Amino acid sequence: MPRVRRAGGGSDEQGGPVSGPDGPHPTGRPVSAIVADNRIDEQIFEQDGGTAVAGTDAPTERRVRERSMPRQAEVADSTAADPAPVENTETGWRRGLAGSLAFLRRRMTGEYQVDDFGYDADFTDHVVVPPLKVLYEKWFRIETLGMDNIPDTGGALLVANHSGTVAVDALMTAVAVREHHPMRRPLRMLGADLVFQTPVMGPIARKMGNTLACNPDAERLLSTGELVAVFPEGFKGVGKPYSQRYRLQRFGRGGFVTAAMKTGVPIIPVSIVGAEEIYPLIGNLKPLARALGFPYFPITPTFPWLGPLGAVPLPSKWIIEFGEPIQTTGFGDNAADDPMVVFNITDRVRETIQQTLYRLLLRRGHPFLG
Amino acid sequence: MAGLIVLVTGVTRVIGSCLAGRLAANPAVDRVIGVDAALPEPAARARMGAADFARVDIRNPLVARVIEAAGVDTVVHASASSTPASSAARTMAKEMNVLGTMQLLAACQRSESVRNLIVRSTGAVYGASSRDPAIFTEEMSARSVPSSGPGRDAIDIEAYVRGFGRRRPDVRIAVPRFAEVVGPTVVTPLTRYFGLAPAVPMVLGRDARLQFVHEQDAIGLLEHLALGNFAGTVNAAGDGTITLAQAIHRAGRIPLPVPSLGLDPLSRVMRTLRLGGFSPSQVKVLAAGRVMDTTRLRERAGYTPGFTTVEAFDDFAAGLRPVVTPEAVRAVEVRVAGAFGVQPLPDTPAIGAGNQDEGSTVDLLLADTSVPSVAGGSDAVDGSRPRLVGIDGHAAGTPRRRRIR
Repeated sequence: MPRVRRAGGGSDEQGGPVSGPDGPHPTGRPVSAIVADNRIDEQIFEQDGGTAVAGTDAPTERRVRERSMPRQAEVADSTAADPAPVENTETGWRRGLAGSLAFLRRRMTGEYQVDDFGYDADFTDHVVVPPLKVLYEKWFRIETLGMDNIPDTGGALLVANHSGTVAVDALMTAVAVREHHPMRRPLRMLGADLVFQTPVMGPIARKMGNTLACNPDAERLLSTGELVAVFPEGFKGVGKPYSQRYRLQRFGRGGFVTAAMKTGVPIIPVSIVGAEEIYPLIGNLKPLARALGFPYFPITPTFPWLGPLGAVPLPSKWIIEFGEPIQTTGFGDNAADDPMVVFNITDRVRETIQQTLYRLLLRRGHPFLG
Repeated sequence: MAGLIVLVTGVTRVIGSCLAGRLAANPAVDRVIGVDAALPEPAARARMGAADFARVDIRNPLVARVIEAAGVDTVVHASASSTPASSAARTMAKEMNVLGTMQLLAACQRSESVRNLIVRSTGAVYGASSRDPAIFTEEMSARSVPSSGPGRDAIDIEAYVRGFGRRRPDVRIAVPRFAEVVGPTVVTPLTRYFGLAPAVPMVLGRDARLQFVHEQDAIGLLEHLALGNFAGTVNAAGDGTITLAQAIHRAGRIPLPVPSLGLDPLSRVMRTLRLGGFSPSQVKVLAAGRVMDTTRLRERAGYTPGFTTVEAFDDFAAGLRPVVTPEAVRAVEVRVAGAFGVQPLPDTPAIGAGNQDEGSTVDLLLADTSVPSVAGGSDAVDGSRPRLVGIDGHAAGTPRRRRIR
């Protein structure tokens, strides 16, 4: 899409040099003409870089489809969400600096919005996502499959496997949907109360739009048409030993199915391969965990032996697949209160994810080289 | 039946006196009797308008005789769960709140004439913890019941009110649960907390969502409930939320993150140095935050607040002297950008939460002149609160951002 747009777009007509985000900006270009283009160009460039590194064998027809998609809705969306629409002729690091200064100004004056759950799009875009994006593209080289299974509008419940000692997989799923879905939808994840109890992490988790894993919050988000993600394995999944990798744990009590059925949204099974290898859990100091109030205290090949270096995740190769939506309507009245129906759907979701995990493992090959 | 005869408690406070004045001016109301244990200040008396005043302590059985003698049919207990004006008055407040409510309910139970009872409550009944849902509806109850403080008092008060409801099923009872009330006139520990300058302490590593309700909306809702036919519990808060750090920034102040163990020493030092005090327990409550669902307020109680949370806070903050103005922040931005030879991004018009239909600045300025002051009586209390230049250079009292209606 950027090539298409630049070929037919304003810069050629101006006769100026074709400029990327890093190149010098043609000064003769009217500002108004590139107001929106600049943003889009940058986004596309990043996306292209990401996909080029991430997946050489990704289905090309999808990329083509994405490029040729009209972007009007997205432009309107991004300008509405961002309090500072770009009307700036700077490029490269200078534009970055101007953007950062404007962001700091909004922080200092309180000129930003949070929704009822505390979701702060401005903060997430400028502070949380940029470092995660580096991790996503350069470190884990994440490849996404089946992104078109996520609807462009309306609610859906993403149900994913959980692993990796530290819940990096949740953050990466959020980045995948936020940065690589055509509509760049924010993903509202449901987390354990421990997340929101912890100082610093709790407020940041709220600002990213996450909330406590409980039915009232899940149903409220789903009924307002948000994309919600849930990890039903919880700590049992994140804190399982390395020897049990890619073996799904118990799926809670199926509360997520009830939430989806009550709000009539589809369930999208999400299978994440690669997160198991980032911090291989080879031991668990249970007494220390109990003393500290943690669900487990991990011992990995690097932690705690190497000190802070142990916090660096191993660079495994990741694949995230968004599966076919599972409809939750059409089971009759009060089906959400029928335990048999709920258990059946829970099992179906769990089986789908488990089978997809096995398939993706075969496809990935070597855990680190891909 | 002819017009109502209304008894309003707590008329020495802003909410009670404004409410009494508004009800007295309402043609549906025959007579308004404002009661309080102390004499109202001249400003409060002026706000009461045509309402009568009776100096009765509601903890005294005398209040039963006032109800009897006047044939009161509607009791608005506006002083219940009101925040004490100072933390030193905390013990007194508990006494007034819980025991006063018990006595008042006892008086109402004996009365033949009482048909409607409105008891002000607070959102503190929900408590606040990380294990609670993000948004409270009226059906939810506190998962971690507060052991003391306003939340505990309010839970006790609501329990007494429910008991009263069982004994007098013929009385319509409405219990609004208010978020923190802010506005240019009310003075609470919270408004004093945001008035600290230049830095406002908050708990390190915490930044919770808050909701506010504007004083005008609080008064309006109490009046609406007194005259309407809604029965039950209802949450009352402005639309949207604001985080604590955001609120401090919008008030033109700098947040000072302090570890929660350091709050008590800091508060003592500030008091000793006469830098203005704050209550450490209040800061800890703010660190947890709370957001209530207001669907029932709009749909069943039929009341729509005129101010969003952010607008209510801005209206309050306009009366504060800002330490850091948006202009100063912008000037620093332009200077830093200039030092690097970068063109700064344009300063976009302000956005109020939930306010998508903003007009131009000129429109806002024009609109401000037509906005009525609080219950027509805020001029009378101007002396008690210094009128300063607002955060954006407008005269104080004019909101920075106001939705045009």
